[in-house]
Amino acid sequence: MTAEEWQIVWFTAWVSALSTLLILPLGLAVAWLLARRDWPGKSLVQTVVMMPLVMPPVATGLILLKLFGRRGPLGRLLHDTLDLNIIFTWRGVLVALGVMSFPLLVLSARIAFEQVNPRFEQVARTLGAGEARVFFTITLPLAWRGILGGMTLAFARALGEFGATIMVAGNIAGQTSTLSLSIYQHVQLGQDPQAYRLLGVSVALAFLAVWTSECLLLRRPSR
Amino acid sequence: MNLLLKNISLPVADFCIEVDVELQSQVTAIFGPSGAGKTSLLDLIAGLRRPASAFIQLDNRVLTDTAQKTLVPPRLREMGYVPQDLALFPHLSVRQNLLYGRKSETRAGPLFSLGHITDVLEIQPLAGRRVTELSGGEKQRVALARALLTSPRLLLLDEPLRSLDEALKAKIIPYLQRVRGEFQLPMLYVTHDRQEVLALCDEVLELKRGRITKRTRATAQDWPIINSEPIGNWTPQ
Repeated sequence: MTAEEWQIVWFTAWVSALSTLLILPLGLAVAWLLARRDWPGKSLVQTVVMMPLVMPPVATGLILLKLFGRRGPLGRLLHDTLDLNIIFTWRGVLVALGVMSFPLLVLSARIAFEQVNPRFEQVARTLGAGEARVFFTITLPLAWRGILGGMTLAFARALGEFGATIMVAGNIAGQTSTLSLSIYQHVQLGQDPQAYRLLGVSVALAFLAVWTSECLLLRRPSR
Repeated sequence: MNLLLKNISLPVADFCIEVDVELQSQVTAIFGPSGAGKTSLLDLIAGLRRPASAFIQLDNRVLTDTAQKTLVPPRLREMGYVPQDLALFPHLSVRQNLLYGRKSETRAGPLFSLGHITDVLEIQPLAGRRVTELSGGEKQRVALARALLTSPRLLLLDEPLRSLDEALKAKIIPYLQRVRGEFQLPMLYVTHDRQEVLALCDEVLELKRGRITKRTRATAQDWPIINSEPIGNWTPQ
């Protein structure tokens, strides 16, 4: 592998990891609300959260492009207040990966929370715990395997993301070029050896991530 | 203790729990078959369920008043709750379970101190173990101790001996009697076992499909067996 290829692998890995960490707080909050509370608009929120999972990734990318472009509502706000550009930068990759892997994280975390016996939380409340303490001392510790499994799945999804990324960030060498985009580019250019090298790394990373997730999800919390 | 349950209306399954009663005995049994609404009523008193309507007052403190939209959360009701399945936290050790809701020694006083309670229930040797390693009787005592360590004003016990065999029940009953005598805590004791009622309780409320059908003193004389089917056949040791 060349230095440039290692740079692509490293960039893909860290931006996927960072996007997973950044979506974690909101993902857990949404998952907990969907698992533990009934409220008006719940099914609508659930549907919207799952949309990136079923829509064509380029369609999601197009929506993000319109939102974060210089003339888009969020893009203009970020540019005017923080002098931040999202489109065609590594931040665009971060946004695309985060949005595309968000549904997987929420889905896994929701299942993990639902598998925690609500009786434990109820008893904790009778023992004097407020909602925050119940969450951090009972719910989260009992759901951690499922949540970690979900994070691993989200990371794996981010690693392989293509459609939304190319719309939002393009494939700029040294700046926004991810594993998936590079493989595509090498194939387009007939550079098979380079493509296969990156494919091998991609498969290895994806296998490791999914296998780790499976191992974590196999062990369930007590009910 | 004075526990006022007024205008209680709580839909459950295919009927509605409707209760209107004032309780003053130290240990009151809520007796009835499975599905009568006993656990739901206890959950309501503990603040774990929202009723259609209810007024619940413990001594001079209003805990639930749907008319005034008052609902004191469970953590502020000062009630010790031991559910049917005990719900010992599996990821915590016995000691961590015990200390979860414990008040400080200065607030709790010597009666509800860790040393005293573990002494009464003889669970000191269990402190460092995982709850998953405990026997049924040990879990029972730890769950009881955990509830007592919150220095409650009322203890709610939901079929605490249900999952135990008759021999183990006979061993645990004395601990409950000891808790009753030592802590002088008012208790609501849910059970479908007549023998437990007679051994532990001052008064019994019979609950059927959410309604109190009988209220009497918990003695064999005042509360005779009506049908020939005995419920529970353990022998006190």
